Parts: sequence; C-alpha cells; structure tokens
Amino acid sequence: MAHDHKHGDPLPETVLRVKSLESLLIEKGLVEADALDALIDRYENKVGPKNGAKVVARAWVDPEFRERLFADATAAVAEFGFSGAQGEELIALENTDQVHNVVVCTLCSCYPWPVLGLPPVWYKSAPYRARVVREPRKVLEEFGTHLPDDMEVRVWDSTAETRYLVVPTRPEGSDDLDEEALAELVSRDSMIGTKMAESPVKP
Amino acid sequence: MDSIHDMGGMHGMGPVVAEEAEPVFHADWEKRMFALNNAVTAVGIRNIDESRHARERMDPAKYLASSYYEIWLDGLVRILSEKGVISEEELSGAVAPRPVSSPRPAMKAEDVDALMDKGGNYLADDGKAARFNVGDVVTARNIHPEGHTRLPRYVRGHQGVIIQDYGLHVFPDASAHGKNDPQHLYSVRFASTELWGPKDGTEGDYIYVDLWDDYLEVSRGAD
Repeated sequence: MAHDHKHGDPLPETVLRVKSLESLLIEKGLVEADALDALIDRYENKVGPKNGAKVVARAWVDPEFRERLFADATAAVAEFGFSGAQGEELIALENTDQVHNVVVCTLCSCYPWPVLGLPPVWYKSAPYRARVVREPRKVLEEFGTHLPDDMEVRVWDSTAETRYLVVPTRPEGSDDLDEEALAELVSRDSMIGTKMAESPVKP
Repeated sequence: MDSIHDMGGMHGMGPVVAEEAEPVFHADWEKRMFALNNAVTAVGIRNIDESRHARERMDPAKYLASSYYEIWLDGLVRILSEKGVISEEELSGAVAPRPVSSPRPAMKAEDVDALMDKGGNYLADDGKAARFNVGDVVTARNIHPEGHTRLPRYVRGHQGVIIQDYGLHVFPDASAHGKNDPQHLYSVRFASTELWGPKDGTEGDYIYVDLWDDYLEVSRGAD
C-alpha cells in the first residue's frame, strides 16, 4: 500500500511463502490446483466490469428494467446470469442531475464482484479509503470529475455484505446508440462513481 | 478493533493513484493467493468475518507497507494457524504435513462457477427484533471493542438517520468470534458536516454507512 511498493515486485519470500502455502493446502486436501486455475480464469477472463456495463446500458434503454434494478438489483442483475460471491445483496444507486453517488470500503475492499469483477488497486488503497468519505469532491477532481457545487454527493461505505453499483447518468448525444454501443460508454470507474460515463465519439 | 485498517477520514495518505489499463492481477503469486483464499472458503473451516478479523490483526506498520495480496497472505496463514489447520513448521518444511479434517470437501474445478455464482448467505431467519424504524434519528455508539467490528471509528458518537432496514443479518462482531447473534442491518445516512464538522465537512453532502442494530442507540434529544 505504500506508494513506493510495486505490486508486481514483492519480496522474494512472499512469492515463496505463497508457493509453500499452496503446496501445503493441496497436500492436506483442502484445495485442488485445478480449482485454483479455474478461479483465476473466472475473475481474470469472465467476470468483470463488462457485466456491469451491460446492466447499466439496459437500464438506460429499458424503463421497466430500470425500475426492477432499483427495486431489487440482485434479482434484476440475475436476469443477465450475473450473481453470487461478493454480490449476494446488490443495491443500485441512481445518479441524476442533482445527485452523484460514489462507493468505497473504508475498512478493506468490499466491491460488487458479479458486476465489476475484482477491484483495482487504487480502490483498495489507503489514500482512497481514507479520503473519499471526508473529501469526495477533491478525490473526484483527481479522477478528472468536476461536480457542480449544488450537486449532492452521496458516499456509500460498504461496511456490510450489501454491495453497491452506481448507475451513471446517460451521456448527452447518445440518443442514437443501441444498447451494445451504450455499454461501451460505461467504464468501471463510472460504476464506482469516481467518473461519469464517457461521451460518444462524434463521427 | 481500532487498528490501521479502519482508515476512513485519516490524513497523510497522499493522492489516489490510478493505474491506466490496470490488469486484474499484477503477478502470478497474486493470482494464486486470490484463488487459495477463495478455494479454502469451500471447506468451511473459517467464515468471512474470521477472515477479515485475521487481516485486521496484521502488524499495523506492516499493513501499511504491504500490498493487498500480501495482507491476504498474512491473514490466511494467521487464521488457518489459529484453527490448527496449518503450522509454521509445516510451511517451512521442518515437519511433514499432518492430516486434517474439514466440514466440507475441497472445491472442484468443475464446481467453481456454480459455487461462485451461488455465493454465501448472510441473511438470518431468526434474530433480535428491530429496535429502529426507517426515519429514526440514531447515534452510532461510542464503543471500542477489542474484537472484530464493522463500526468505523469516524461515525462513532455521531448522529444519523435510518434510511433503510436491510433485515436480519449475521452479526460480524459475533460471527468473527464463534458466536451468531443475528440482528437487523440498516443503511444509516450521516451529514458530511455532522461527521467532519461545519468547517471541514460539505453542506448538503452525505455519507451512507451500513450499521447493525447493536451499533446504534436512540439519539439524545430525539423522540
């Protein structure tokens, strides 16, 4: 977490210790190597923010889905086949012209895996966890997100098993886009709340 | 416990540094650490609250100097050691691995998607009656338990409003210590100026925190 600590460059004993732990747990019959590979593949290649982007794009084009999403996000998201670990109790937060939502876990790293995958390093970092509850506007400025003074900011600290998904506002100039093209505008950060959805590129 | 993991509001942590096009994992050992921690969950030896409490007990100076999956490594070794499942002597190879039993069998590769799609269950059918209703003005208790808690320091002693009752949930403060005590979980809204004061807070901004029944008391001065 320190700024000078490179995440891909750990102490050699850390790498060795993880290897020793894996060997020991396999030997004891508590984990299987194939299952570890499958878990890695799932969260590296299958479950990620593209899931959430599909949900948001649907909420932009389908008012009935939007209603279901804000009434019961777990059930609405399950319509896409997205569910489970670290998303058992999903809640969708609606950004509007007056309200901007942003999500954090000050105590660690709680994050809605089924729709966003695993969190980026900055989300789990000390600066974000310490600061966004106290000075969200300044933190958002560092992400290039400028909020008007009269917009209400709501910060959601994920202290329980509830997991929050921000539904950003649909960008201007996106009226002609279909659901698939709209999903391309929905970045991971816009669903955490540190950014807005992207604007469509003018042809 | 009041340790370094409870960071909300602290100064001096520097700017938030976001990496462009960040990969899901930064190295193979991170992948293995992530997978080990999740796979072990399937055998039912430790629950999520015990797991969190183990990470929180890492030496605070080391916690700040560690990357995320280094904290996971420390926590997993700690909890499995405390449960008597592994030992430092086995990890170092000084002694041969001793056999252990577990409540459930190891996760199979072919079951990974089904198990992860299912996830856990943190709701409870029975528990304490709700002491609060939506709209109630409450104060987060000024308590400092030595054990596990999900009541962040920055809300303690402060007044907020209950905006939603999420129903009966497993209580982490009990669940991390071999007990149960299910109770209602609420979304509680705190004004930024209530938490950080009129000078450092922002009028009209709010912080929403999920808090269990036992964390709250009727606000002094409220009906």
